[in-house]
Amino acid sequence: MQEFVEFTLGGIAVGMIYAAIALSLVLVWRGTRVLNYSQGGMAMFTTYVAWVVIRDTGDYWLGFFAALAAGLALGAFLESTVVRPTIGKAPLNSVIVTIGLLILLEGAAGIIYGGQYRSFPAAFSVRGLKIGSFGLGISEADLFTAAAVLAAALALFLVFEYTSIGLRLRATAFSPGVSRLLGIRIGRVLTLGWALAGLFGALAGVLVTPSTFLYPNSMDAIFVLGFTAAVIGGLDSPVGAVIGGVLLGVLLSYAGGYLGSNLVLVYGLAALVLVLMIRPSGLFSGAATRRV
Amino acid sequence: MTLARHFAVALGVAVILLLLSLRLSPYRDYELAEVAAYVTAVAGLTVLIGLSGQISIGNGAFMAIGGYASALVLIHLHWPLELVLLASVVAAALAGALFGVAAARLRGPYLAGATLMLAVALPSIANQFPSLFGGDQGLTVTIAPPGFLGATFPPTRWQAWVTCAGALITLILLANLSRSRVGRSWRAVRDDEVAAALSGLNVARLKILAFVVSAACAGLGGALLALVTGIVAPGAYTLTLSIALLTGAVLGGLGTLPGALWGSLVLVLVPTYLTNVGSSHGLSGAASSSVPIAAYGVVLIVVMLAFPAGIQGGLRRFFGPATAAPLTALRRRTPGSEHQEEGPI
Repeated sequence: MQEFVEFTLGGIAVGMIYAAIALSLVLVWRGTRVLNYSQGGMAMFTTYVAWVVIRDTGDYWLGFFAALAAGLALGAFLESTVVRPTIGKAPLNSVIVTIGLLILLEGAAGIIYGGQYRSFPAAFSVRGLKIGSFGLGISEADLFTAAAVLAAALALFLVFEYTSIGLRLRATAFSPGVSRLLGIRIGRVLTLGWALAGLFGALAGVLVTPSTFLYPNSMDAIFVLGFTAAVIGGLDSPVGAVIGGVLLGVLLSYAGGYLGSNLVLVYGLAALVLVLMIRPSGLFSGAATRRV
Repeated sequence: MTLARHFAVALGVAVILLLLSLRLSPYRDYELAEVAAYVTAVAGLTVLIGLSGQISIGNGAFMAIGGYASALVLIHLHWPLELVLLASVVAAALAGALFGVAAARLRGPYLAGATLMLAVALPSIANQFPSLFGGDQGLTVTIAPPGFLGATFPPTRWQAWVTCAGALITLILLANLSRSRVGRSWRAVRDDEVAAALSGLNVARLKILAFVVSAACAGLGGALLALVTGIVAPGAYTLTLSIALLTGAVLGGLGTLPGALWGSLVLVLVPTYLTNVGSSHGLSGAASSSVPIAAYGVVLIVVMLAFPAGIQGGLRRFFGPATAAPLTALRRRTPGSEHQEEGPI
């Protein structure tokens, strides 16, 4: 019983990280029909920014917000420079360019910061919480992770639904051609979408890195699981991304807890392939049509 | 007729390589063998992407399967070399078929993601079963030159012969395949899936076949590379290897077999040079070994944005008329179809 509770709550906590990555992928996919494979690399890079700031100032929160700002800037910069030319071309182009970005960011991090594993601080205590003698399997840091991701997702929802910027983002995702005719500056909207995605990736990076160490490839595994979560959620739906993330987190927590944790990625791969075979457009997507 | 021509070209190249390998130093022979192993894997990938229009960022995983299969067969069954290589091809092809059945239902970005995950996830299996796969240390692969060559025959020269033979056979088979009915069908599927299906082609089967061919080539490449390096270990089959293969294919020119050769030459020769440049500019060991990794990224982005036809495309423009199909997979789509290529809107 205790094990089950621990695995469930721990899985939800990790799932929130996958949800943040999935949200960043969905944001980009909706706007540009590009799947951003460099998202994990971007999150790793912004976490290095936080690491440097924390090392030099000793202030965790300064580093935290520096990473978020760096995520915004990096997303906007990459979209407006190398990604824009691939939009509207065959999907292969954007796949190869974002893969190139991923490996470029990883190589650059290796050149600048070296390949060593660096420990990264958590915002709050990582000691497991207990009720009486009953361990919950999560810590204060996990609670902060869940709260931060949920708050960011809620803020995103409010922006999308109730602001004119959100309306523009949704309109552009729905129909770029019509939006352009209606006077929306599509380019700026797409850049904003990438900036927001960079923010969510950066959030995931600083939240997950205390438990993984920081090194140039540290986000690879997190990224592919976030991708799986996004696919489970249908790639088009922010709500689906959060649900997909939590679902995947809990499932993998059970699998890792009861079957052994070495093969968590292999279980994730099995989940991804299963979902794609049964419902190629995700579990939470609406009616799927494909233009020919 | 085509078969005869390809065979004649390969025979000529084989003679040149043979003479070359006799004159090269052992270290250059080693590099030649390494290039040949990469050519085998990159050629399979370039056919997959350039002809069938599917993408794999996980062919390093199939190289791992081929490498480990050859090591296991060699250690436990003591088969002769050609059967070892055949076993590694079969093992990788089976894995490719298994994955291809899932992949055939996937389109561009989804497929790339699934293969990316394969590349990230597979090395963890080696650590799960350390008694079988040797864990982080991996397994050793040792192949001695056959006795009739004499005791003093340089082992790297023998490795160069084996790998070059493997690469040439692979290139002949791929060249014939791409000129055959299968190759034409792949191009049809790549350019317009619906039209291909309406013309009576079995799209799913063709896509799975492309995946199997590419995995088999990667498996052979992995086995050959294992022979050259003498070891298979999870650290050798990282995501970086898979992306290096992609870089080779893109740089050489997607869908062109000579391009696979140019790409592999760059993959083997340039990283050492870049690492040296890095360390001579005062970078530490780990930092300077990251220079080639960053360079892969620059190459992928710059080539894709500015020279999508790659090296072979450039050569073709300068020397004579176009001889093979242009890269229509990378053509610009009509403006009206923006954002509506893939998936639900």
